[in-house]
Formats: sequence, C-alpha cells, structure tokens
Amino acid sequence: MRVVIVGAGEVGSTIAESLAQSHDVVVIDIDSDRVESLTYSLDVLPIEGDGSDIDTLEAADVADADLFIASTDDDETNIVSCGAANVVSDAFTIARVKSPKYLEAWQRARGAFGVDFMVCSDLLTAEAIVGLAGLPTAQDVDMFADGLVQMTEFEIPAESPVADQTVAEADRFDSLTFAAIIRDDDVVIPRGSTRIAAGDEVVAIGSPESIRAFSSEIAPEEQGPEDVVIVGGGEIGYQTARLLEERGFSPRLIEQDEERARWLAEKLPSTTVLNSDATDQELLDRENVGMADVVVAALENDQQNLLATLLAKRKGTDRAITVVNTGDFAELFEAVGVDVAVSPRKATAEEITRFTRARRAENVSIIEGDKAEVLELEVDADSILVDRSIRDAAADIPEGVVIGAITRGDEHITPRGDTIVEEGDHVIVFVGTEVLDEVTEKL
Amino acid sequence: MSSLARTTVDWRTSLSLIGTVTKALTLPLVGTALVAAAYREPLAPFVGPAALTLSAGSALERLERDDLGLREGYLMVALTWFVIALVGALPFLVAGEGTLATPVNALFESTSGVTTTGATVVGDFSVHGRSIHLWRALLQWIGGLGILLIAVAVLSQLSVGGAQLMETESQTQDVNKLTPRIEETARLLGWVYVGLTLLMVAVWMALRSVGLAPAVTLYDAVAHAFTAVSTAGFSPRADSMGAFSPAVQWATIPFMFLGATNFVLLYHLTQGDLSRLRDSDEFRFYLQVVLGLTGLTALFLVASGQFRSVEPVVRHALFQVVSILTTTGYATVDFNAWSPAAKNMLFLAMFSGGMAGSTTCSIKTIRWLVVLKGFRRDLFTEVHPDAIRPVRLSGNVVDDAVVRDIYAYVLLSLVLFVLLTVFVVVADAASAGPEISEFEALGAAAATFFNVGPAFGAAGPYGDYAGFPVTTKVAFIVMMWVGRIEIVPVLVLLTPTFWRS
Repeated sequence: MRVVIVGAGEVGSTIAESLAQSHDVVVIDIDSDRVESLTYSLDVLPIEGDGSDIDTLEAADVADADLFIASTDDDETNIVSCGAANVVSDAFTIARVKSPKYLEAWQRARGAFGVDFMVCSDLLTAEAIVGLAGLPTAQDVDMFADGLVQMTEFEIPAESPVADQTVAEADRFDSLTFAAIIRDDDVVIPRGSTRIAAGDEVVAIGSPESIRAFSSEIAPEEQGPEDVVIVGGGEIGYQTARLLEERGFSPRLIEQDEERARWLAEKLPSTTVLNSDATDQELLDRENVGMADVVVAALENDQQNLLATLLAKRKGTDRAITVVNTGDFAELFEAVGVDVAVSPRKATAEEITRFTRARRAENVSIIEGDKAEVLELEVDADSILVDRSIRDAAADIPEGVVIGAITRGDEHITPRGDTIVEEGDHVIVFVGTEVLDEVTEKL
Repeated sequence: MSSLARTTVDWRTSLSLIGTVTKALTLPLVGTALVAAAYREPLAPFVGPAALTLSAGSALERLERDDLGLREGYLMVALTWFVIALVGALPFLVAGEGTLATPVNALFESTSGVTTTGATVVGDFSVHGRSIHLWRALLQWIGGLGILLIAVAVLSQLSVGGAQLMETESQTQDVNKLTPRIEETARLLGWVYVGLTLLMVAVWMALRSVGLAPAVTLYDAVAHAFTAVSTAGFSPRADSMGAFSPAVQWATIPFMFLGATNFVLLYHLTQGDLSRLRDSDEFRFYLQVVLGLTGLTALFLVASGQFRSVEPVVRHALFQVVSILTTTGYATVDFNAWSPAAKNMLFLAMFSGGMAGSTTCSIKTIRWLVVLKGFRRDLFTEVHPDAIRPVRLSGNVVDDAVVRDIYAYVLLSLVLFVLLTVFVVVADAASAGPEISEFEALGAAAATFFNVGPAFGAAGPYGDYAGFPVTTKVAFIVMMWVGRIEIVPVLVLLTPTFWRS
C-alpha cells in the first residue's frame, strides 16, 4: 500500500514509523530540518514542501497513493490538504483535527471537505480520560459497536478481593469475557483455572454494565468518583470537562491564563473554573485538591503534567490520570506515581491504523506495548466463522485469539461454545500481534 | 453622519420626532371626542387640544430630521413622556371640573396617566364625565404601548440596563437608527399588547353575559382593559376593583400579571412556543416572588383575624400583591385597614416590579435576579478566591460590565427613593396641611417614583394625592417621569458633557 503522510510532527512521524515496515510511505513536511532528520531515521521518502500545494502533492505521486493522511498541527492545513489530494487522487483521505468544530460539521456529511475520515485527537483523548475516570483501576478503555461493547484493561491491586481468585471464580458476569491477562509483559490467554495475581492486567470485553460491575468487584471500597479536578484548560481539558458535565459531574478546572479561564467559565456552566497555577501549593491546599477522587493533568507540557500530578498525589488525591504527549514517557510516568498515562497519539494511531490493514476493521484498540490488538470485524460470507458454532470454528483459529463479544444489530451476544455466528455479525476479537494478519484474513 | 463626528446634540431631530408623536396624539383625542359626543358630553376638552396637537405637531415635524443618534435618542425619550403629559393635561384643564381644574393637579393626573402610575388627585369621581375618565384610561394605555415600543426600539439601543436585557436579538445590534428588524419586532409586540387588551374586554363581557359580573358595562370593560394590560391602574370607579364581583376580580389578575411579563416571551407563547417561558430564569423568579409575597400576605391577613373564610383571603392577598407588584395599582379592598405586617408586604412588592420588556415599572425582577446571582457569586468567590464564575441568566452569561451597571441602577433607584421620601416629609412639615407619617411618606414616594399608584394613608387605594402640598406634587410629577423612563435618560440630560462635544 502506498501511503502519503503530510506533517512529520509527533503524530505524523509515529504513524510513519509504524507503517514504514510493511508499506511504501511518503512523508511531506514544510520544515527542512524535520525532513532531513526523517531521511536518516526512517525508511520513508521525505519530501519538503507544503502539503496543501498541488505541485508538492504531485511530486509525492499522490495519484498512485491508496491512503492520504494529513496530520500537521494545523487543522485548516490538514483539511485543505485532503481537499487538494482529493482533486488529483482517489486515495482514502484522513484528516486529523484538534478542534471538534470541524468534526461536528464533517459528521453531518461524511466526506465533506474531501475528507473520507476525520480524527479529532483531542476529543478522542478526552473520551478516553472520561472513560478511565469512571472505572477506578482501569488502565485503558475503548468502545466498540457503537458503545454496545467495551474493552477495558484493569490493573489488579494487591488488596483486591479478585487477586488470587481463579478466572472461573472472578467471572460471575453473564456478558463478560476475560480475553487476556498480561503478566510481566507476557500475554496469557486465560482458562477457567487460571489464577489471577496481584499486579496482573486483565483485558475484559463485555457490555458496559458488566464492565462496571466487574470494576467494583476489583475495588469494592472505591465508590464511583464524584470530585474530579482537571488541570489545564486546553482543548483536551475543556473537552474532558464538557464530557464530564454531560455525564452529570461538576468538575473543577484549573487554568492559568485568565482570558482562557474566563472563556472556559462561560462555556462550562457546571464546572468551577479556577484561574491559577496548578503547581501553586497554596492553591492546592486552599481548594482541597487532595480530597479529589481523580486528578486529570491535561497541560500542554509533559513535565508540567508530571509535576502537577505528583503534587496532587502528595496532597492525597486517590487517582491521577495524566496526558502524555511524548509516547516514551508513558511508562516512566506510571513508574513514578501516575496511575494512568493517556497518550493522544495512541488514540489517534488506533483510529488511523485500521485503514492501513488489508481488511478494514471497524474499530481497533492497541493493547499496551503493541503486544496485541482488540479488533471489531464484520463477518462476511468467506469468514471461517460464518454459520458455524464457535466450538467448531475454534480448530481453524490460531492460538492467541479470543472472541470477546458478538453484536447482531443492536443486540449484544456473549460468545459461548455453541453460539452460531451469522453473516453481518460484528465480532470483537482479542488478537496477538504475531497472528494479526493471518487472523484478520480468516475471520 | 456618525454620532462621533457630531459636536452638539442635534435637538432638531429630537424635536422633529416629538412633533410626530404629538401629531399622533390627535387620534386618541378625536376618538375620545367621538365618545364624548355619543354620551352627549362636552366636546371642547378634546376638540381644542386636538387642533393644537395637529398644528403644533405638524410644525415641529417640519424641523430638519437626521438619523437618531445616541444623544438625540436620550433627549427624545425624556421629552416624549413630558410632552405627552402636557398634552394629556389639556382636556382636564379645559373641562375644568373638580380637583383637576388647577394646572398642577391636571399635570399630576396626566403624568400619572402616561407614566402608567395610577396615582390620582381625583377626590370626587362623580363630577367627571365618562369621556374624561376614558381619557385618563386612554392616557395609560398609550403610556403602556409607548414604553413597550420605546423599550424595544430605543431603550434597547441606548444601553439602559433592563431594557437591554430584553430577550430579543436586537441587543446585539448597533446603536444607530431604528432598523427594519427592530420596527418589525416592535410591531409584533404592539399586536400582542392590543390582543391582550381585546381579550380582557372579551373576558369581562363574557362574565357579564353568564351573569357573574352584574356591575360590568362595556364602558367598564374597555376602561379597565386599557389600564390593566398597561399595568397602570386608573379606574373610573371610586372604589376601583371593589366595585366588581369576585369573578371579575379573579379574571383581572392574569391580565395584570401578563402585562408585567416580558412581551417577547408572550409573543413566543402566542406562537405556541412554551419552552421560552419555561426556560426563562426571570419568569420563574417573577412567579416565585409573586407567589411568595402572596403567601406571606395571606398568612398575615389570617393571623390578624380580619377574614373568616379562605376564598376572600386568597383573592384579596393575590389581587393586591399582583396589582402592587406589577405596578398596576388596582385594589379590591381598602388595604389601609390591613394589619401593619400585611401592609408591609405590599410595600416590599412596590420595589420589585415585573419583568423587563413589559409595561411594568419599578426596579424589575431581572435586575433583582442579577443582583441576587451577583451576590451569590461574590460569596462563592469569597471562599474560592481563584474561581471564575460568570453570572448566568437562563444559561446565558451576563457580562460583568452589565452586572455592574445593574448594581449601580438599583443603588441609584434606592437613593432617589430615599431622597424623595425625605423631601415629602420636609415639604409636608413646611406646609399647613394634615401631618403625614413616615410610613405614609415612604409609601407615597415609592408609589410615585416606582409608578405603582396607590400608597398608604390619605394616598391609599380609595384615597387621593390631592391633599399633598403643591411642592410635593411637583416633586411627584418629576419623579414619576424620571422613574418611568428608567432614570438614566433624564440624568444624562443633566450632565454637561451631554450638551458638549
């Protein structure tokens, strides 16, 4: 597949890196230093130029491209680039935007602006944060099949009643599947007799209700959060507060810039906006930030996010969710006390990756460290699953694959051995990275 | 020509517009003359002034007219009410009957009419013919319509607090001429006003036809519809609403209440859109204030033991509270005889007023609501000094500058009210008349400045203002005028900068 990427910033170069191994990748960037550094670091064709300029696009042979991804830091440039690419090529165009206002317009008429798919990274990040905030020990949350099915990665704390139970004991929920356990960086496909240990990460797939029930099983003393403090009123912070308001929360939001704080206060009627520096210890004491159930650090700068999080944790906050822009920091942050590090780039990459596969997945969720993926696939007539019970099909499915859930129309079906899969069903499967290509072809 | 480039007030434009208004007054004068002819009453009180308004109005109108700027707008608003009051006094003077025969009394009655106050100097209602009583009612109806149109078309452009907060799109429009859009809005609201008036006439006549209102005549229905919807309160009857049956009294309450409801909301209501009314913070607050004060008044009436059964207590409490709070000023009973506790509830109601964008007077619920929300916000930021919390009305943010303006307006109103009260007491002490108590002075000052009408004591609902010294009556005339046009247009005329560049 030939892929053209405009913009070699954080997101653009991450996508380029992951695609370079198996696809022909062309990267366009206006900055000559970036282009030069790409030349040496990745096996891609870098082109210096303006991605919205038709000459540059032709120089990049956009006409032959299958996929066109515009991921510069400027929304308008990305949209215009897709529009320009659409004129000279049939490539599937993806525009990354920061502001949800373009997404709203695009969602009303998909294909508008010549954009075939639009990804709003800040909104995706905010959605991830809000999902995580509601589930006390969750590390990663993703929705499938229009919200019918949820995938959640839980960390099992030492004091949890679930620790030391077998999977059969812990799984008392009808519509829940234990897809995998990640133990010391290894993926374990659990059997009924597998014993869950403290420190394990459990990948659970099921209905949102059963996920919530399982969450309170893991941490029964933890009530759902009530008091959420958001640090940083940028787009992610704003969207997080807005989504929390929609769910009936009244969060507090700390923003340093007075004009921005005023704007936020006007936009967010149920949020208490505090105009101050989140690393000001007096403020944290005065506003009792230590009493908060969840602190979300969503500042522009990773170091400041870490500082704000650590201060809040020191004051006694139960849980800290931190936005990490530089992917490599995620693990480091979690090692020094951040409970969950959320990467806007990961959220974006998950959305874009599914278009790079030979077969298009409806949804993709990447499991920690790229060890596995959870995919939503539509079952077609050629699938090995179609019109067979799962027990019969199991023999043809490689190791390391778990069918987590099936949806038929608006109905959620918990897969059992005798479940017959029909054409048009959506299956949500957990797949190890090594068998990914084989599995997507067969299912 | 922009208003910035202008070095002085273009008074010609203001006068020319007032000429148009004066000329327009010929129509109601001629109309009343026709009614007088029908009742075989003297025509001179109306025909003479009609000739004058037609000629003087046409003459003034011929002055060179330019776009209405900010300053010309203030001047026009201030002068319009004054000129209508002058014209309105002419029929009383020409008729020369009873207490209205003296110029000050005639001007008082006329000003009280056109400012929709309802304070009267008429002692003996029987000496005046039906045409003079109809003229009193008509003045109030014109005053109500006028304030509604002025509020939409002019005050909203002149950034006078309450009117600016009307729920129209016009708030955002530029301060300049009256755009077609605003004219259209004004026209629609005018029709709501006319429709409400006709509806009230119909309701009264319907009650009469089913035998529930034996005392009502068509004349009564029209005269009261004119003064109820305009929340003004003149009545051709000496005992006001006490002259009619309980059914009529009940039926009148909604019209006073609606007259003091934002007409933009009423317009949406006529379009079948209930949501605007339901979502309006101000409407909810207005309703709460009315019901709260009614509850307390009823409680105090029961406690004083003056009433024996439930219906009269509820009716009299609700009627009086709605009448005073909406600044109408009808009475179903002489509330002078009520216990001090119940009377003080009515006194409090005088300071409320109804919603902005209606015919009501006084401070208005929107300002009190913003003041309350502002206080609550300030208390919150006292505890959370870093918090930024905008004041919101129906979900929309009220600019802090507007909140400050509203604080200033409320303070200014209260200061002027106190000054007027002191003036009433001092002027009274200097004259030889019967002594007035402090509470009566407070009541009379509030009832005139906030355009309510009846006060307590001699100036009570079944009494009149004729007994006040001339100096006090002149002060009342000025303050009714100042209060009706929301203080600012008059006060800016007194600043030197208004007349300079």
